[in-house]
Amino acid sequence: MRELEYPFKAEEIIKKKKSYKKQLLSESTTSFIEKKIAILGGQTTQDIKLVLELFLLNYGIKPSFYESEFNQWFEDGMFSNSDLESFAPDLIYVCTCIRNITDFPQFSDDKEAVELKRKEVVDKFRGLWASLSQRYNCPIIQNNFEYPFFRLMGNMDASDYHGRVNYITRINCDLYDYAQSHGNFYICDVNYISSAYGLDRWSDPYYWHMYKYAVSVPAIPYLSFNVANIIKSIYGKNKKVFNLDLDNTLWGGIIGDDGADNIEIGQETALAQTYSEFQEYIKLHKQMGILLTVNSKNDNDMAVSGFNRPDSILKMDDFVSFKANWNPKSVNLAETAQEISLLPESFVFVDDNPAERAIIDGEMPFVSVPEIESVEHYIQVLDKSGFFETTSLSNDDLRRSKMYQENVKRQQYQSKYANYEDYLKSLEMKGEIHSFDPLYMSRIAQLTNKSNQFNLTTKRYSQSEIEEVAEDSNYITLYGKLEDKFGDNGVVSIVIGRIKGENKDELHMELWLMSCRVLKRDMEYAMMDELVDKAKSLGIRTIFGYYYPTAKNSMVKDFYSLQGFEKISEDVQGNTIWKYIIHDIYQKKQNVIKVNLKN
Amino acid sequence: MMSREAVYERLNGVFREVFDDDTIVVNDSTTADDIEDWDSFEHINLIVAIEEEFGFKIPMGKTVTMKNVGEMVDIILQMGE
Repeated sequence: MRELEYPFKAEEIIKKKKSYKKQLLSESTTSFIEKKIAILGGQTTQDIKLVLELFLLNYGIKPSFYESEFNQWFEDGMFSNSDLESFAPDLIYVCTCIRNITDFPQFSDDKEAVELKRKEVVDKFRGLWASLSQRYNCPIIQNNFEYPFFRLMGNMDASDYHGRVNYITRINCDLYDYAQSHGNFYICDVNYISSAYGLDRWSDPYYWHMYKYAVSVPAIPYLSFNVANIIKSIYGKNKKVFNLDLDNTLWGGIIGDDGADNIEIGQETALAQTYSEFQEYIKLHKQMGILLTVNSKNDNDMAVSGFNRPDSILKMDDFVSFKANWNPKSVNLAETAQEISLLPESFVFVDDNPAERAIIDGEMPFVSVPEIESVEHYIQVLDKSGFFETTSLSNDDLRRSKMYQENVKRQQYQSKYANYEDYLKSLEMKGEIHSFDPLYMSRIAQLTNKSNQFNLTTKRYSQSEIEEVAEDSNYITLYGKLEDKFGDNGVVSIVIGRIKGENKDELHMELWLMSCRVLKRDMEYAMMDELVDKAKSLGIRTIFGYYYPTAKNSMVKDFYSLQGFEKISEDVQGNTIWKYIIHDIYQKKQNVIKVNLKN
Repeated sequence: MMSREAVYERLNGVFREVFDDDTIVVNDSTTADDIEDWDSFEHINLIVAIEEEFGFKIPMGKTVTMKNVGEMVDIILQMGE
């Protein structure tokens, strides 16, 4: 919904939230995932909650809420709480503020006394977080603290340990230390967003004294949007790809008319510098695992010449797909999505031309189409939109762009082989398939939330749920890594089966997924071989497979049939159940991947 | 200066948007009891929306003493001078 995308009109959201909610629930064609969210507030949270609901619905997440009574954030989370226990939150948001800190430094305090006060404040929070993770074992989002709205000493408030600005800064750093050393714990950076909004307006005391809001009501959408971004990132709804226009987007001018020598890029003019800074900003995303693609109405050679300028920050090899032609941009975008095996909904389409944006927006409603305004504001609009809000950085994220480039090389290499099996063998693939390993828990959880296409049940798991399943002897878990002569694909397949039956001889597959980046490499058969091997060793005789159709996973409709399962039931929705009897003699299903080689 | 009628016209629009109800018509004697969803939380949103509509902030002392919509309009007229 356009009204809920950055840059949004905060006052309109506050005013019209009822009608927005109706629209989101009635017009939306998205299938929502449902999440239970507990808000523990150190201030009034009513509107924070209602606006958060709008942003989450807009991201395809339908929340239900538990809300603590005013200022019961500590008591509600610290002690046994039957209401919260029966609510069983999927996620907890601790919405505290500087007003919840009561013990500030006094001028008579020496340095040790201030340290001690600070430790007490932080220990109280640490106690709360420990209690929450132990009782509810779910992701926790914690507000850091906004700066105080007054400075007794003026500037020295920042540098002297008696100053509140100094005190808050140090407490925030303590929060970050905790976040760095604890998984499933996320900071909501109120300190940053209140600065960006304007601290004086954010902390207007009127709203505290009138309504016990530490954030002014008109600023609430910025807070709620920020929280919604963290939540959608945790549940795997981030964007993954920039789809970029060229003329007047990545450089100034029309390269087809002006020629590569005359476009605005480099350091010669103010405008050229602005475009260069934007190219740098885009390029930085590559390191984070965001894929860069080009979608431009241009002659291909002309377009390429722009990036061959020595002062161009972006180079041709930064892009995993490059489409400069005269096709409609929606066609280009759809083709690019197919090439890199991602859905269009993972794309952010960046184009200065409102007409092109309107076409994509109309034809491909799940593609994000930010209104980027003018070049000096491109970065701010894209950055504040939270498309790539990061809640974990796996090694795979950092290597992703490289992996996609390796895939392009594989495709070129494939054309040299007449026979597909010869090609697969020539890749010299090595698989590593084992039970879940602590090393990969965050990647495993991430995959369960991100994979949509090659996913039989589309069951989502948080990292703590993955850890529980890994510990539980009633489950068989497998992760699969795949490497070949072109590079390492990392963890690409996950299988979870639950052991059931009187004799514990049945295995029910709760999850089977694979990353589309390794389609047609026989990795799914390698997983089956290992699964059967493992199941056999535990005395399991029958494996039951389940396929639940969604809008996106039709490619695995016949997956279990290909694995040699027999269909035993199908309901009207197309949900199917499959059965596989493990015989004493099992013929391995693939011989192109060498699995679990000892070094 | 705005007329009382003009203030009412704009105010009605604000009420309708905040309470998402196109049938609302407020007058001097309307109070929170007359509008079903008008609780203390919605009151906050209402004040914020009125401030946005008329382009000024109502000081705290005045917000807390308002008894009905009539007094609200008095304040708006005063502030608008």
